[in-house]
Amino acid sequence: MSTAALYNDQGAAEAAVEAGQETTPTSSSSGAAFGLFSTDFKKNEDLKEMLESNKESLKLEAMKRIVQLISKGKNASELFPAIVKNVASKNIELKKLVYVYLVRYAEEQQDLALLSISTFQRALKDPNQFIRASALRVLSSIRVPIIVPIMMLAIKEAAADLSPYVRKTSAHAIQKLHSLDPDQKEQLIEVIEKLLKDKSTLVAGSVVMAFEEVCPDRIDLIHKNYRKLCNLLVDVEEWGQVVIINMLTRYARTQFLNPNINESLLEEGSGGEKMFYGSDEDEDEDEKEKKAEAAAIAKRKPYVMDPDHRLLLRNTKPLLQSRNAAVVMAVAQLYFHLAPKAEVGVIAKALVRLLRSHSEVQFVVLQNVATMTIKRRGMFEPYLKSFYIRSTDPTQIKVLKLEVLTNLANETNISTILREFQTYIKSMDKDFVAATIQAIGRCATNIGEVRDTCLNGLVQLLSNRDELVVAESVVVIKKLLQMQPEKHSDIIKHMAKLTDNIQVPMARASILWLIGEYCEHVPRIAPDVLRKMAKSFTNEEDIVKLQIINLAAKLYLTNSKQTKLLTQYVLNLAKYDQNYDIRDRARFVRQLIVPTEKSGALSKYAKKLFLALKPAPVLESPFKDRDHFQLGSLSHLLNAKAGGYQELPEWPEAAPDPSVRNVEVPEWTKCSSREKRKEKKVEKPFYSDSEGESGPTESADSESDSASTTDSASASVSEESESGLESESEEESETEEEEEDKKEKKNQKKEPKKPVQESESEQSSEEEDRKPEKRSKKLKSDSESDSVEDEGSESESSPSESEDFESEAVVTKKKKAAESKPPSKSVRKEEKKEKKEMSLLDLDDFEPTPSPQVTPVNTLLSNSLATDLEGLSLSDSILSPATIIPSGALKNYELLHRITGEGLSVEYCFSRQPFSPDANMVAVQLQFTNNSTSDTKNLHMEDVRLQSGMRVKEFPEIELLPAGEMTSAVMGIDFCDSTQAANFQLCSHTKKFFVSIQPPVGELMRPVFLTENEFKKEQGQLMGMNEITEKLTLDVKCRNEHAIVQRVTTAANLSRVPCGSDKECSPPVPPPDYPVHRFAGRTVTSSSLVLVTVATREEGAAQLMVNCEKMVIGTMLVKDILLALTQ
Amino acid sequence: MIHSLFLINASGDIFLEKHWKSVVSRSVCDYFFEAQERATEPENVPPVIPTPHHYLISVLRHRIYFVAVIQSEVPPLFVIEFLHRVVDTFQDYFGVCTEAAIKDNVVVVYELLEEMLDNGFPLATESNILKELIKPPTILRTMVNTITGSTNVGEQLPTGQLSVVPWRRTGVKYTNNEAYFDVVEEIDAIIDKSGSTITAEIQGVIDACVKLTGMPDLTLSFMNPRLLDDVSFHPCVRFKRWEAERILSFIPPDGNFRLLSYHVSSQNLVAIPVYVKHNITFREGSSQGRFDLTLGPKQTMGKAVEAVLVSSQLPRGVLNANLNPSQGTYTFDPVTKLLTWDVGKINPQKLPNLKGTMNLQAGASKPDENPTINIQFKIQQMAISGLKVNRLDMYGEKYKPFKGIKYMTKAGKFQVRT
Repeated sequence: MSTAALYNDQGAAEAAVEAGQETTPTSSSSGAAFGLFSTDFKKNEDLKEMLESNKESLKLEAMKRIVQLISKGKNASELFPAIVKNVASKNIELKKLVYVYLVRYAEEQQDLALLSISTFQRALKDPNQFIRASALRVLSSIRVPIIVPIMMLAIKEAAADLSPYVRKTSAHAIQKLHSLDPDQKEQLIEVIEKLLKDKSTLVAGSVVMAFEEVCPDRIDLIHKNYRKLCNLLVDVEEWGQVVIINMLTRYARTQFLNPNINESLLEEGSGGEKMFYGSDEDEDEDEKEKKAEAAAIAKRKPYVMDPDHRLLLRNTKPLLQSRNAAVVMAVAQLYFHLAPKAEVGVIAKALVRLLRSHSEVQFVVLQNVATMTIKRRGMFEPYLKSFYIRSTDPTQIKVLKLEVLTNLANETNISTILREFQTYIKSMDKDFVAATIQAIGRCATNIGEVRDTCLNGLVQLLSNRDELVVAESVVVIKKLLQMQPEKHSDIIKHMAKLTDNIQVPMARASILWLIGEYCEHVPRIAPDVLRKMAKSFTNEEDIVKLQIINLAAKLYLTNSKQTKLLTQYVLNLAKYDQNYDIRDRARFVRQLIVPTEKSGALSKYAKKLFLALKPAPVLESPFKDRDHFQLGSLSHLLNAKAGGYQELPEWPEAAPDPSVRNVEVPEWTKCSSREKRKEKKVEKPFYSDSEGESGPTESADSESDSASTTDSASASVSEESESGLESESEEESETEEEEEDKKEKKNQKKEPKKPVQESESEQSSEEEDRKPEKRSKKLKSDSESDSVEDEGSESESSPSESEDFESEAVVTKKKKAAESKPPSKSVRKEEKKEKKEMSLLDLDDFEPTPSPQVTPVNTLLSNSLATDLEGLSLSDSILSPATIIPSGALKNYELLHRITGEGLSVEYCFSRQPFSPDANMVAVQLQFTNNSTSDTKNLHMEDVRLQSGMRVKEFPEIELLPAGEMTSAVMGIDFCDSTQAANFQLCSHTKKFFVSIQPPVGELMRPVFLTENEFKKEQGQLMGMNEITEKLTLDVKCRNEHAIVQRVTTAANLSRVPCGSDKECSPPVPPPDYPVHRFAGRTVTSSSLVLVTVATREEGAAQLMVNCEKMVIGTMLVKDILLALTQ
Repeated sequence: MIHSLFLINASGDIFLEKHWKSVVSRSVCDYFFEAQERATEPENVPPVIPTPHHYLISVLRHRIYFVAVIQSEVPPLFVIEFLHRVVDTFQDYFGVCTEAAIKDNVVVVYELLEEMLDNGFPLATESNILKELIKPPTILRTMVNTITGSTNVGEQLPTGQLSVVPWRRTGVKYTNNEAYFDVVEEIDAIIDKSGSTITAEIQGVIDACVKLTGMPDLTLSFMNPRLLDDVSFHPCVRFKRWEAERILSFIPPDGNFRLLSYHVSSQNLVAIPVYVKHNITFREGSSQGRFDLTLGPKQTMGKAVEAVLVSSQLPRGVLNANLNPSQGTYTFDPVTKLLTWDVGKINPQKLPNLKGTMNLQAGASKPDENPTINIQFKIQQMAISGLKVNRLDMYGEKYKPFKGIKYMTKAGKFQVRT
């Protein structure tokens, strides 16, 4: 309590000081201020006395009051001489406060400041590391140019100090000295170079910071320390992590190749580019090809990730779990800029987590998310709901969330987003409502399907009471109408009526422009509007006046009979307007449209000038192309280059020599850091037990494991494939036969197990192999680079897969892929019983996928999947075969007719096989027939044109199709759960044909196995909007169970839910005589459940019910199944 | 990095400034004031404001703006996160972070800021290390200090920076060795007009208060760790161990800290513990509106819903409200139009209800927006996600600690649209 009183006391005194201080600088000469000045003077005199007394406590009290002065921004510089004497005080707190003072005022009192230097020099030799460190801190913070040499010396000495804490301080001092005297740069770089080699986690962050400040372009200094920095990263304090990660992002951009290079080429549509995920076979061939024309297609080389690049990605990933938002953001931007497309997804979850944090953090994160969503929409789609807006969010956050939601909108989720927008429009926050209306406009332009819905919604808003809302809607409607004006003359009419009420100038101007532009659609109303406007012309805002002139001109040109006088009246009014723009415009228009004797050559073209077809405006996100700034940076946030921003370099064409990163002493990174760790945690028995082996490098994560398994798996495959593909397929068939013999259960277990052992043993052997390999790399000879490449190309396939392993759903799917072979056989057997030869024939026809491509893929998968399979519960694996249902006759579609194809005909069908290189793709089987008399060569695809989000995996080039022969190939298309067609060119060596593949909605899904209970539970969650019911009368031929099942499964790739139980145990809601058939599937891209129920009633009546989260898919599916069942 | 820091209070006075590099005139804050004027609400001030020579990055906490002055490129989150850490430290030291508290302890604040940043780059931000460097003020100590003239600065030089575990000081001693863990879960939800859930998710944290002697090594395991979808850890948690075994293994910092925050995987359906029946209508033409709100427990697993507080921002046209609560008290602020109803505990037998009329401005048309209802509540002794701690073990020390675990569920951002 006493302190409080004391402070208050002081407060009163200070108030006086304050008043005095404020007047002194400006009006010290004026007499009035003199009195105050003197009190102030006296006050400080008082402090001086206290400082000069012998009592420590008095001195301390004085210093505390001085610090308070400083904190208020008051000037206390005249006390400098009295204070500087105390710099050598024994009392630590006093000393600290003196330091605070010194750092603040030394710059102003340079001569006096020099008095203190000798004290610091002495302290720099102190045995206590903290005294050394703080002496250096203060010494380097005194911005007096004269002591630069002393500072330089001190820094150099401290950089070699035994204590890492002092070394850290010296790293900080480097920046200070650099900003004080940039001429010292060269010497400072030497110190930085030395400190970069430091192995202490304490130093790493600070020295990289110094590096960024002093010499960010000296990338060569990083090479030798790169691996060490990567490995230390997890243990560095959080602020250092941010700095290091940002620096390493730039470093990686200069040193490694773009991991997405193949995809970007594909996107550009450079034809013939192949990707060889699955088949090692082809890769070998390709390898040969490459040697032949190595230089020419250097660009097309399959991408090989540098192991150092992988190291960086692996070691930063755990940091996504950091509690520090800045660290998470730093890792996120690193992944966004450096990781292969397939791996970027991991950051989404972490970023969404940050949205729970303080609103400032949200603000920054949302800005970055908005930029990311433009490039990688799919990444954030699962988190759509996290961006829903709460009424309590600050407006700036709302607007950003809206931006993200708009970017995420696509055909499948637009209905939910629009419904959400509808509630936003009712918000009290009008700025936010305006932003919502614009967002609706953008959704409408981007997604054609909902354009009319949006337009109708916006037109309804025109009757809103809030003028701002109406005005904003008018502006957006104007933009939308421009896309297809002919359909919407009634809306234009409606808007014409609004001119009486709307006062917001921008909206009025927009309406007038619309009427003028489309006056031929509203021939009656337009002149009347002009009449009204002419009447109120003088009272309008400038932009409205300009549009009135425009309207008049356009009407004069199209309907001069009715509007001639009006136009002249308007032009006359405009002639005498106050605004010169309007006068100019009027003069210009008059000359153009009103024919006079001397009318210029231009008036002939007046119509063309005014009534030219205007291109519809493109509503773009303000975040488009912002990603050329490094994400997470200040420059990105401001969308302008901030001072000191280091450009993110473009990827190099060819990777620089990776050997620069090799370090002389082979294993020092691993050993040293491992030792350090052990030292650190020596007390913990379990730690060293479980993971002492591999040390911090292995702070990696599960990914490294899976990567290595896939590695070894693919390695084994390539070995096998060398030995010959036939033997392999034989092996396969053998296992198949075995399987048939045994019970299914055993099969399930056994099949996966075998490869596990294999891969395990191989993995360990590989690991052993790897160590010497690493060493040998240091000796690296060029001839070796080939083998390195090999290894890399294998690992290249791993990312795409390891990514897939993340979601269990995908795993199960893969599992199916792995098993698809065996079951298909058993399925065939079943079918034989059920459907006689017919279906067998069909299947044989399709037995399709030219085995050289598919078989190796399957083995590869089964190997790498083995581990995953083990984790799955037994019951699952028993049941899974049932998910593959007897697919009836697959329908063939024509891609290229024999005649248009000049002898080449192509048919395609959806093979319903999982497309192994990418689980999100639908496999399309193409069957080429050469009906002509000459051979066709080099069949491949080119110029793929897709809707956004869709992807295509091309079929491998068919080199030769002899006359009269047939061949088939498989390609994959990710339709993004839409029925948009994939357009591309089919090219032979002579011709190009434009073709397109449009999937029936039923092919956009894959079957899943559900039990009846699961089915009902899921169905319960997909009620309301997601449920579509339809009554129908079954076709006469289609009244038995078998027929219904067959027709439904033909129409859509669904699996039947076993529903025998329905008859037995459950209380018969539908009477047992009229069975209910249930089918389940998931959409391929987004894995949304699709549930179909066909409930039969008497006399062939039936009810069809489809539950699907994706309403568009649901509706289309209902139509298709309806058709299938009624015909 | 960070050049200077200005603290600005709600009325726009700069009441503290600190410079780490050369002095930046406080007139730079004028740009901030400009932006503040443009923003209608205090929280709408943009966190990053560019000025001709500097950039201002600010956070708003406890109605104080912490404005950092930056001269060149730096990740904005870096600064924002740091500023929040400063506020957290102040709160830790002074109990509250208000203008008065900061002014009273200005010397400690200065000492702290001096330690936290060196040349604008964070130096020591761990509260354990800071507390060793600068003792937090307590009533007793301030008394003693004023009498004896001694100080807040630690007498011994700290060893913390170099201890094997950077977040824990050495030589900790307690007579009662105890470790408490609070599992606190928050439900964020948006409920639509008809009562169906638009989005709902559970975010949880485990806050710990560990007072153990020596260098204990703890492991904490869960019955159902698979519930945790996305986690972020205190740096003390060994990430590898979590990845491999789903066990939290760590050497705890001394005192209070947040061990873990997590997000419950979105596959699990979220149980919504309360429901709201509402009928808020405005009739066209008349200047009155009806307000009727009933709360009830929904999926609470038998636990009582406590500390319920309902708030709603009524439309601007509402002049006054005459309501009648069946329990608790309500207030309506005619200026901000904020209605709050402090319900207290929900009694399932007699559901709390708030009913009455709202008076609208005479002649004004019926507002077309509907108010949203925000609800706060607490449920003790339950983690709504079903997360359960299995066991807590200690290694490395010989004594038997006292262990305690508490569960609680709270409403996070829980909104009902009407």
